[in-house]
Amino acid sequence: MLRFSKLSKAGMLAIIGIILAFMYIPLFILMLNAFNEAQVSSWPIENYSLRWWERAAELEAIRNALLNSVIVAFGAMVIASILGTLTAFALSRFDFFGKTTVNLLVVLPIALPGVVTGVAFSNTYSNFLTPAGFQIGYFGMIVAHATFCIVMVFNNVFARLKRMNPNLQEASMDLGQGVLGTFRLVTFPQFRAAFGAGALLAFALSFDEVVVTIFTAPPGVDTIPLWILKEMARPTQASVVNVVATVIIILSLIPVYVSQRLSRAADDGK
Amino acid sequence: MSLITEKKSSMPISSYLHLHPKVRLRALLALPMTWLVGVYIISLFLLLITAFWFIDPFTSRVRPGFTLENFISIFTVPAYLSTSLRTLLIALAVTAVCIVLAIPLGIYMAKVARPWVRNLLAVLITLPLWAGYLVKLLAMRLTFTENGFINWLLDPLGISGPGFGIPVVILTLTYLWFPYMALPVFTAIRQIPTNLFDAAADLGQKAWPTIFRVVLPLITPAIIAGSVFTFSLSLGDYLAARFVGGSTQMIGSIIAANINLNPPVAAAFSMVPIAFVVMYLLVARRTGSLERM
Repeated sequence: MLRFSKLSKAGMLAIIGIILAFMYIPLFILMLNAFNEAQVSSWPIENYSLRWWERAAELEAIRNALLNSVIVAFGAMVIASILGTLTAFALSRFDFFGKTTVNLLVVLPIALPGVVTGVAFSNTYSNFLTPAGFQIGYFGMIVAHATFCIVMVFNNVFARLKRMNPNLQEASMDLGQGVLGTFRLVTFPQFRAAFGAGALLAFALSFDEVVVTIFTAPPGVDTIPLWILKEMARPTQASVVNVVATVIIILSLIPVYVSQRLSRAADDGK
Repeated sequence: MSLITEKKSSMPISSYLHLHPKVRLRALLALPMTWLVGVYIISLFLLLITAFWFIDPFTSRVRPGFTLENFISIFTVPAYLSTSLRTLLIALAVTAVCIVLAIPLGIYMAKVARPWVRNLLAVLITLPLWAGYLVKLLAMRLTFTENGFINWLLDPLGISGPGFGIPVVILTLTYLWFPYMALPVFTAIRQIPTNLFDAAADLGQKAWPTIFRVVLPLITPAIIAGSVFTFSLSLGDYLAARFVGGSTQMIGSIIAANINLNPPVAAAFSMVPIAFVVMYLLVARRTGSLERM
């Protein structure tokens, strides 16, 4: 075993303490500022009130942005789930020339900086599609999001498929089930949990994405991150943004919890 | 025999696919590859083409053509050159800070902490990853702002914290991407067999020399895999510079500022982070650590 002196252990604990403080203090300051009565956030907070929560509930812009975020994330999730699963099957079941290239292609949209992906899409839409008389509009945002979400579904489903027993499918085929029947009755139930976790992560990734969205959102359309960005650029009225941010922090616990449960289920082989 | 032929005819597609794995593979890959190549790779390619185009001085519209002006400006305009360099240094600094923090954390979690502490720390490290990019940016802004937490904390000591600038950008980017480094490093340290430590101890090595001579070489692939994320994500970021960087400009700031004014310049500049990331990936690949990602 590795034996550390008391001093070394204390040193490591101190570093961990600093890391955790560094990770959590800003989030707590933000959450407390959602209850700050003052218009501009500050520390220490002098008066607490629920005034910005009431204001946030009234704002129609927030509701519209939320609706857009959900629509885009849902669309991206559906497309990414189909494409990611197909690629995962191809790469887990076959050995072929160009396998690493396909893998790279799936990872590339998330490996390259968001600003590059965003500019590439924006350039295609406004300098090529629009002059050709094709307005992609709202759908352009979903296309861009789906592209970088594929990897989320792919990673989860691929990891599960790798550990699955292919004999079960052979058995199903031998017993007379076709491709679709085998998939529905034998294969899908085995990777359902991993598929669900991947789809959820894709949804969360799209919901949170800012940079690609900045470049691909049609004018006048805001998602939640775009709305926050606009509010952050404005020096006054900053406190409403803290309310929305606090809600996001609390909501973000849901996908963490669900994906943990799902991947545990996947580990159990369900 | 007749039974088999009968089955074949009752499910012609299934039998055909079963007998032709290549067709099966093509059927699986057709849609994803059409999407990724047709939508994404073509877009990147069109971006590269646009980088050679120029702005018509009379109509101020993008005009197809061929000029190297945009690429030359990356190297000849002093502000552009210094921004590329600054961005590179910021990305390297973020990666370095992440590594320095991730190693002691990983060692403590994997080899010192009790199981429940280890699980708790793993949850605590991953949790903020989901809190939202902008939420964390906003949180850092509130913490380091003029009348924010850091200045309130340091005020009794008679000093004030760093204002918005490069150090706070580095801290913020570290905050954003740290889990991408911490998790692979922790996993790698955990996978080191315990008897290696016993061997080192039997041979008279103390804990810290063991870390440098045994642990570090073994976790280098994990560090490189993590650094691909911290490096690439920092390199492309420009919102941190915009909101906590004061007047700090990064490569992304130049791309974002030019996308509507001068798309060819934005396109040419997009090639800079791509080049940096590709170079980084090539170096990382030589060490053989990309297979772990």
